[in-house]
Amino acid sequence: MSQTTPPLGRFGAYGGRYVPEALVAALEELDEHRRKASADPSFVGELSELHRSYTGRPSIITPVHRFGDEHCGGAQVVLKREDLNHTGSHKINNVLGQALLTKRMGKTRVIAETGAGQHGVATATAAALMGLDCTVYMGRVDTERQALNVARMQLLGAEVVPVDHGSRTLKDAVNEAFRDWVANVGHTHYVLGTVTGPYPFPEMVRDFHRIIGVEARAQMLDAYGRLPDAVLACVGGGSNAMGIFHRFIDDPDVRLIGLEGGGDGPDSGRHASRFSGQASPGVLHGAFTYVLQDDEGQTIESHSVSAGLDYPSVGPEHSFLRDSGRAEYLPVTDTEAMSAFQALSRTEGILPAIESAHALAGAMNLGRELGRDALLLVNLSGRGDKDVHTAAQWFGLLDEKDTQI
Amino acid sequence: MSSSDSSQGHVSAVSERLAKTKSEGRAALVGYLPVGYPDVDGSIEAMVTMVKAGVDIVEIGLPYTDPLMDGPVIQTAATGALAAGVHVRDVFRAAEAVAAAGAACEVMTYWNPVLRYGVDAFARDLAAAGCSGLITPDLVPDEAADWIEASAAHDLDRVFLVAPSSTPERLVTTTAACRGFVYAASLMGVTGARAQVDSEAAKLVQRVRAVSDIPACVGLGVSTAEQAREVAGYADGVIVGSALVATLVDADDRQAGLSALARKAESLADGVRG
Repeated sequence: MSQTTPPLGRFGAYGGRYVPEALVAALEELDEHRRKASADPSFVGELSELHRSYTGRPSIITPVHRFGDEHCGGAQVVLKREDLNHTGSHKINNVLGQALLTKRMGKTRVIAETGAGQHGVATATAAALMGLDCTVYMGRVDTERQALNVARMQLLGAEVVPVDHGSRTLKDAVNEAFRDWVANVGHTHYVLGTVTGPYPFPEMVRDFHRIIGVEARAQMLDAYGRLPDAVLACVGGGSNAMGIFHRFIDDPDVRLIGLEGGGDGPDSGRHASRFSGQASPGVLHGAFTYVLQDDEGQTIESHSVSAGLDYPSVGPEHSFLRDSGRAEYLPVTDTEAMSAFQALSRTEGILPAIESAHALAGAMNLGRELGRDALLLVNLSGRGDKDVHTAAQWFGLLDEKDTQI
Repeated sequence: MSSSDSSQGHVSAVSERLAKTKSEGRAALVGYLPVGYPDVDGSIEAMVTMVKAGVDIVEIGLPYTDPLMDGPVIQTAATGALAAGVHVRDVFRAAEAVAAAGAACEVMTYWNPVLRYGVDAFARDLAAAGCSGLITPDLVPDEAADWIEASAAHDLDRVFLVAPSSTPERLVTTTAACRGFVYAASLMGVTGARAQVDSEAAKLVQRVRAVSDIPACVGLGVSTAEQAREVAGYADGVIVGSALVATLVDADDRQAGLSALARKAESLADGVRG
């Protein structure tokens, strides 16, 4: 056995591998390949080249002075611009890595789950680039909310399968992707889109996104001669947050702050705030982690204006960082997030994804608390083009008859 | 060959039943139904009906919101049961009723409801209800330290799954961790009727036999008497789920559902008798 750190794939008590036996062999194969690949110069080189010439990395950092002055108590706010990546979000970092691994494993087909469609679009993109068949599972409710992203995936050659079970949203799309994977694991790789699921997904997906924090830390030192006081990121499953947090974990003076989908507020029962006292440790989708669940262990449906944060569970490493106190997690309500969306759009000419707007709202609150001396780094994980319809509806810019796009 | 088990002397009702059917020169018929569908009383009545029609062992399903090993039929029933307000504790009531009707039983459950209930408390209450143990589709022995301890303390069966993709090493360790029987998944996939039983099933049972003397029951995709007969030719038990659940889901009313269920169970019982 080459493993020397028992128990396998745990972050403290969290993580593990709660899956049907049928998938264990595939998970072990994946773990073996990704370990070999991470030490293989040809894999690392190929991925770096894709980052440079396909995704557009390194992504820049942008100081946002007007936003900081007018909305963040004068604090100095800097955005890590993952929104400028090809396909419009951080998701491409992970997907390119997993697509390359798929080819190394000799598999010809990828499947993915998607909520808002960002991960589905990224997966369809990588599949087109690398000549893989691609099927994306998406809750029926989400296919209706995000019809344009469905079309995008189809234009890229992917098959989009609406999921009609359960709540017909992201969690049910994950269930359906697992069902497909069990049946087709011989030639299919499941490109899981976030830092949860059975080991090795939480660690592997984090490692593919770790480049965000590696770049940002160096860019901050270069531009400001010091580290930020806090790093802020939105947390659904938590991939963009783990990506930017990880390089800062050993910098004890840097606060790591995750912003969750607060929906209508923590006491409303309509939210996705796993860390606001409403969730408890349990198993969902292969990992032991915080889960919104009732007294009998049944999953409770989450709610958020942001489809990307609308998930009842969270990556196990976040649960560990939360319990250990290394990271803090705060809810941001739909209303606060949409105010931040509007604030950034109007002061900086940058339309953020509604997911990322939650991180901006966190910076607004923290900046007002810390004042002018604070230096805040916000992961702008995605761009808001996909959210124009939702935002236009929110701000009353559409006639009723226009809302059926 | 699971000689490391501390409570080796214990024999569950399910083990006894499997020994008995073996002595009769046939495989056992294991029938799955979820508790709470169409409601708790209705599901218990259905389980008893199935026992009277010849089911030897009842696999009582505990409905769960995210059943990722289940196909559409069982998902529909589980969703219906949850909507009708089924509770975890109803599984104990069902187990008592099944035992009273003269069959042995195992509970089939995803792991989170057990975790939430408390692993030891669940084991205690399951044993008190006269149920033999648990079938755990999303819990592999690697993650099951608490359950192995609790099941040993309360003399319960531990039924883990093996699949055609299981490596030789995992077949050894998984069968060694099982008590009662091992659930051999006939194919790579989720629950639901298939036109044919996958040829992988016989191969998998053969591989199990090569490393363990634990009884092997085959599930996934068995829906007809013909298929039951075929599987009974090489397995210790034939597990049927979706085909039985479908009789209730597809029926126009409750009585019709129970009649269809009885007919289906009788035909499968004929099947395992060769």
